[in-house]
Amino acid sequence: MLSIKNLHASIEGTPILRGINLEVKAGEVHAIMGPNGSGKSTLASVLAGREEYEVTEGEVTFKGKDLLDLAPEDRAREGVFLAFQYPVEIPGVSSTNFLRTAVNQVREYRGLEPLDAVKFLSLMKEKMKLVEIDQKLLSRALNEGFSGGEKKRNEIFQMAMLEPTLSILDETDSGLDIDALKVVSNGVNQLKSADNATIVVTHYQRLLDYIVPDYVHVLYKGRIVKSGTKELALELEEKGYDWIKEEIDSAATV
Amino acid sequence: MSTLTKQDTFSPLLEAATDNFNEQRTLGKESFLSQGLPAVKEEEYKFTQISRKLEKEISDFQSAKPIELTKELVDQSIYEGFEGNVLVFNNGYFISELSDLPEGVEISSISKKEDLNIGSIAKPEKDAFAALNLASFQDGAFISVPKKTQITAPILLLSFFKANSGQVVQPRIWIESGDFAEVTFIEQSVLLGEETVFANKVVEIKGGLNTKINYYRLQNEGRLFIEVSNIETDIHQDSQFSAVTISLSGNMVRNNLNLNILGSNSVGNMYGIYLLNGKTHVDNHTNVDHTVPHAESNELYKGILTDHSRGVFNGKIFVRQDAQKTNAFQQNNNILLSENAVINTKPQLEIWADDVKCSHGCTTGQLDEEALFYLQARGIDKMQAKGLLLYAFAGEVLEHIETESFQAYCTNLVQERLGSKF
Repeated sequence: MLSIKNLHASIEGTPILRGINLEVKAGEVHAIMGPNGSGKSTLASVLAGREEYEVTEGEVTFKGKDLLDLAPEDRAREGVFLAFQYPVEIPGVSSTNFLRTAVNQVREYRGLEPLDAVKFLSLMKEKMKLVEIDQKLLSRALNEGFSGGEKKRNEIFQMAMLEPTLSILDETDSGLDIDALKVVSNGVNQLKSADNATIVVTHYQRLLDYIVPDYVHVLYKGRIVKSGTKELALELEEKGYDWIKEEIDSAATV
Repeated sequence: MSTLTKQDTFSPLLEAATDNFNEQRTLGKESFLSQGLPAVKEEEYKFTQISRKLEKEISDFQSAKPIELTKELVDQSIYEGFEGNVLVFNNGYFISELSDLPEGVEISSISKKEDLNIGSIAKPEKDAFAALNLASFQDGAFISVPKKTQITAPILLLSFFKANSGQVVQPRIWIESGDFAEVTFIEQSVLLGEETVFANKVVEIKGGLNTKINYYRLQNEGRLFIEVSNIETDIHQDSQFSAVTISLSGNMVRNNLNLNILGSNSVGNMYGIYLLNGKTHVDNHTNVDHTVPHAESNELYKGILTDHSRGVFNGKIFVRQDAQKTNAFQQNNNILLSENAVINTKPQLEIWADDVKCSHGCTTGQLDEEALFYLQARGIDKMQAKGLLLYAFAGEVLEHIETESFQAYCTNLVQERLGSKF
């Protein structure tokens, strides 16, 4: 589904990603872990099409298409979904209108009829249950005045509405209490299927108790330096990142 | 002083024969000649070089005569969805035959009135253009809403302008309302023909006790329209006055809006949007004068500017020593979409009372790129996402229009503009 080859990206001339290789197949869950500043969020942003980052080398194909060639909105329409680390508050834009616009633009791209108000509302009601989000929240402006947990729930709710094939969760767990974490993870797990895939970007192993990964990759200094199964995450939880840093840094000096 | 203030430039206007108001016209003339048109460095007009503009664009300082106007054209021009009464103005002249007069309201040509204290609210010494209008206005309307009368349907002030090679139109409107009256006015103008027009308008509004008056304006006359307007109102006890000004196009537009709060427990509201492109220049100069205790004023102006357009906002709040317990709020926010668009914004608070709540703020920025990316990342087209964000920014002002049809019409115009042009 997703194939990343030798991806290099920089921001304002500073290289952040220095050769990422990653294959993600339908039905898989991949966790990307790593210390702060290793490039985890950059990878998520580059995949979603954030313009500040310049891809200097490498390629990314998504369902056979050159992903890097697509505008952010077309990536979303193709089925890439980024759950933001910091969801943006947008005063004056109602959550419901925003979602309806988004859902119908995505549907149009996929050759589907737009949803009328009634169908849209019933779809919304169905998906709201998934993340236990309150209708009152959705009658407000988009994310405006939402708590941290409410914002993250809203991200997963949007994901449920847009039915992506590849979901990238960028530190969706950070700042969540355990109850909120369970709700969010439960939503993600229910949306999982044999046809879609999930990339979970996280600093902590905790989230992976709830969203169980098939593969765990450790990112350090812009490269994937170690890959394994969920046991690798537990090892990192126990030992921290220092042993990996040492291993890599000493190898580099040799 | 500009060369334009030479008496001979204006003599066709100032010396034109008139029927009445001779005393006030003389006062206006003297005041205009002593002030002259605003000089280049004149503080109140320094960002709006109106004198230069007139020098360049207006060749013939004569009053434009009424043009041929048909009922058909009038009907076609009324904005879609309007329900109410229409007063038609033809190059400033009130045309009662084409108007649809509301019942229970006294309306006539202002030039036929006598014993009307024009110039007592919009005083000629405060502004050269108010003085010029007082000296040489052609016509306009006198509108009087009797005591305890609630005019539920809005009154549309529909003005047609057309001039030969750069002429002047100077309408004057006097509105008075008895105690407990309620009325809403909507200004809409249509520029005909291919020649530049300079409109110098004065509207004086004298409210009674416990009145509610709304005054809405849509400025969308196009690049051949130069306008200076002085709208001034006296707000008396327990009354509410609300102005909403929507500026979408024009050449150079200067709006002077002055609220005199003369009675306690009253509210003055000033709201505005300006969406500017091309070389459009719009200047909103507002002034609220709190003279008594326990009154409130609210002000919110929002601007989106692109291309080489220029916006000016100057908001003065004056709280006199007696005006304790005043609540005065002012906000001006701007988004600049191009490097060549300019906004000059200046809040001016002068507070002499010590127990008041006053706040003001102004911001100028660009479109929020992070918000834009967020919308795109959800599959929304970039242009549409921009339109959505810009409308979210400006749309707040439209909520203050109480007349549903006008709100809907303006919302549509604003959305069209933000979705397509920007």
